[in-house]
Amino acid sequence: MSLSFMIAQFLNGLASASSLFIVASGLTIVFGVTRIVNFAHGSLYMLGAYFAVTLMQPLLDLSRSFPMFLLGLLVAAALTGLVGLCIEVVLLRRVYRAPELLQLLITFGLVLVIEDLVVRIWGPLELLGPRAPGLRGAITIAGSQVPSYDLFLIAMGPLVFGLVWLVLHRTRFGILVRAATQDRDMVAALGVNQSLLFTGALFLGGALAGFGGALQIPRAAASPQMDIAILTDAFVVTVIGGMGSVPGAALAALIIGQLNAFGIALLPKSTLVLVFVLMAGVLIVRPYGLLGRPEPLSLRVAVPEGFTRLMPPTPALWLMCGLVVAALVVLPLLADAYSQKIAIEVLIFALAAFALAFLIGNGGVVSFGHAAYFGIGAYAAGLAVKRLGFGMEAALLLAPLAGAAGAAVFGVFVVRLQGIYLAMLTLAVAQIVYAVAVQWIEVTGGDNGIVGVWPARWAEGRVTYYYLTLGVSVTGIFVLHRMLHAPFGYALRAARDSAVRADAIGLDVGRLRLLAFMIAGAATALAGGLYAFSKGSIDPTLLAIPQSVDFLAMLLIGGIQQIGGALAGAAALHLLRVWALPLGDMWRMVLGLTIIAIVLVSPQGIVGGVAQLVQRQRRARTSS
Amino acid sequence: MTPGQTSAILDVRGLDAFYGQAQSLFGVSLQIARGEAVALVGRNGAGKSTVMKAIMGLIDRRAQAMTFAGHDIRTRPTHHIARLGLGYVPEERRIFTDLTVAENLEVGRLPARGGRQIWTSTRLYEIFPNLGEMARRSAGHMSGGEQQMLSIARTLMGNPDAVLLDEPSEGLSPLIVEQMGQAIVEMKREGIAVLLSEQNLAFAATVAERALRIETGAITFDGPIEQLMDRIG
Repeated sequence: MSLSFMIAQFLNGLASASSLFIVASGLTIVFGVTRIVNFAHGSLYMLGAYFAVTLMQPLLDLSRSFPMFLLGLLVAAALTGLVGLCIEVVLLRRVYRAPELLQLLITFGLVLVIEDLVVRIWGPLELLGPRAPGLRGAITIAGSQVPSYDLFLIAMGPLVFGLVWLVLHRTRFGILVRAATQDRDMVAALGVNQSLLFTGALFLGGALAGFGGALQIPRAAASPQMDIAILTDAFVVTVIGGMGSVPGAALAALIIGQLNAFGIALLPKSTLVLVFVLMAGVLIVRPYGLLGRPEPLSLRVAVPEGFTRLMPPTPALWLMCGLVVAALVVLPLLADAYSQKIAIEVLIFALAAFALAFLIGNGGVVSFGHAAYFGIGAYAAGLAVKRLGFGMEAALLLAPLAGAAGAAVFGVFVVRLQGIYLAMLTLAVAQIVYAVAVQWIEVTGGDNGIVGVWPARWAEGRVTYYYLTLGVSVTGIFVLHRMLHAPFGYALRAARDSAVRADAIGLDVGRLRLLAFMIAGAATALAGGLYAFSKGSIDPTLLAIPQSVDFLAMLLIGGIQQIGGALAGAAALHLLRVWALPLGDMWRMVLGLTIIAIVLVSPQGIVGGVAQLVQRQRRARTSS
Repeated sequence: MTPGQTSAILDVRGLDAFYGQAQSLFGVSLQIARGEAVALVGRNGAGKSTVMKAIMGLIDRRAQAMTFAGHDIRTRPTHHIARLGLGYVPEERRIFTDLTVAENLEVGRLPARGGRQIWTSTRLYEIFPNLGEMARRSAGHMSGGEQQMLSIARTLMGNPDAVLLDEPSEGLSPLIVEQMGQAIVEMKREGIAVLLSEQNLAFAATVAERALRIETGAITFDGPIEQLMDRIG
């Protein structure tokens, strides 16, 4: 490796560190004050890029100069800040006291809505922005060509850092933001109106995201996919740096920028794995990131994000379950081929969603990367059949083992964490698995995936496969449900409600949670295996973020506090999707608005709503 | 004590409070006149801190009536209550350790309601010289006693008419406790009403005339503090 090459890589790493820092600083400020991880931060970044693309050409037509370019960047940033401000006033303000899971989901609903709007306004194709006047060439440094725009970016990072530092340390607003990051209840008790503070933080965070996006347009085209892409990077930076810490974000961005620059040179394709190893390592040594601090104490008692009032099943409930299963058994006799296909998918999703409900509702482990285990199961089954020559039966046995193994490897890191850090790590892990599936083309087939994964001859018929799926899903759900009422389930709930007290009575909380993580992983992977054979093909979208959000949306729609919620939600969401299929791209908008509406209007979901109605009627009857 | 409606700056009647599902206060009633110092005494876990958090709206609560300076504060958000002139100094002090001493005071600063800015950082640095010496230093580096002083000073920056002081003497050396007592006397001299929660009855008696005793979330005594001291022995 020559010196000039190393210098070029170093500068390249600095430029990407600058860009990363600018975006991540906005995310970390917003999180620090509002305690909400804003998934829509990536969408704001994307909006910044599109605003800049739209604004820049007319501005540069007025005067083709660098100051005009700078003005374009600033206007794009300000506009994005205003969007952030509206998001706070219209949506976030209503969910500050809601459980974390609902907060995350509502911002993801926003991601879907904004993505759809962007496609509607700017079209689905990539838009190339103009190059920056005066910064189009390259400069030779130590024998290698460095684009001048990269040098501009390298300068912008420290500049933005300095400005943010000044705002946070030299203005009353900044001092209040820093105080609220540490203890917002106390800030309120001192007479500070938090609403204004939060609105201001969202403006600042949005403007930083928009500025980061606008800065990218001379390097990369604006596209409707750039929101999710930047989101993972920004999450990793804020988690490693410590959520809420701006200097932490700067430090982490520098490390990751260099790791990527030199990682690509030394071990191409392994950069994501390197980033994961770094993130896992940091979180083991410092569970709150390099410069972060433990969650501040809050006086509020959050609504439990899990099963409340878990009663042993009554005879009436068994009767109802029996009726549902009986109806499912006779269904193929009444339904056409298409409905049978839909029913197979619903059964598969029900098993996967129930496993997630088991993990979140009973274990208190809020996983944001559930699709990883679904995908691991699907890929394990597919690869076993196509590459190892396994039969379907053996492949379906292998799938849950692979899921459990994957969950064991990642779970060791995941279960040590709590709350938002845990959710972020599960998401990052899922992105790593996704990246492996996309990049390891020789084995996984990359974006094309694996085709021709067909069931064994005896299970080829649709009706037969339906009964196979029904048998496996119902058995899986029954076994998971049985665990809820076994000592293991009790112990897990104890650990969920108070890890400290559970520890004090001799429960090994870490091991319990790891076991729950592996069990949920295995059940989900089994569902993934069933899905692979039902489709005949596998592709990486099975393990992408939207699939993880789908599973969470199933829980949300059905009701997170009820056992039956996951099942009802799986059916409701999938049927909604099938119904909305003719709408095409509108699906994102429909799903996004559905998620937002449920969080705002009926956070207890369908089953929770029904349970409430029944209770109210029962109470009315007893009182009359 | 007769409920002198007009003279009471803080008037609480039938206050219930809840931590999640669990009720922790049961019909607490108390009145504090303008400029009066009242001690709230009781054992650990009796509900002293909860009374203060509930009045400030930091936990779920409901009351038959609850007014401060004539305003109904039952449904107001916490920052409104503070802006009406009710200060709160929490037991855990809750200093912003990432901020400097001066920045901590800045967070507490509110425009004076009467127009007269009684408490400024300059004056507070005179009362608490330690704070003045470390104004530019991180509040995280301070001792427990200094943090307690900062917590009180920070609340005074809001120019309150009444202050809820939660166990200011807890865990402090006798010298600092004495300084604390002087600060409370100074506050009284400026006409600030004080509700002081204490386990140290002797310390409470040096600053308060009247005492309320709280037991398992309910008020069981309301009268002159000497009477309570005689009773306990």
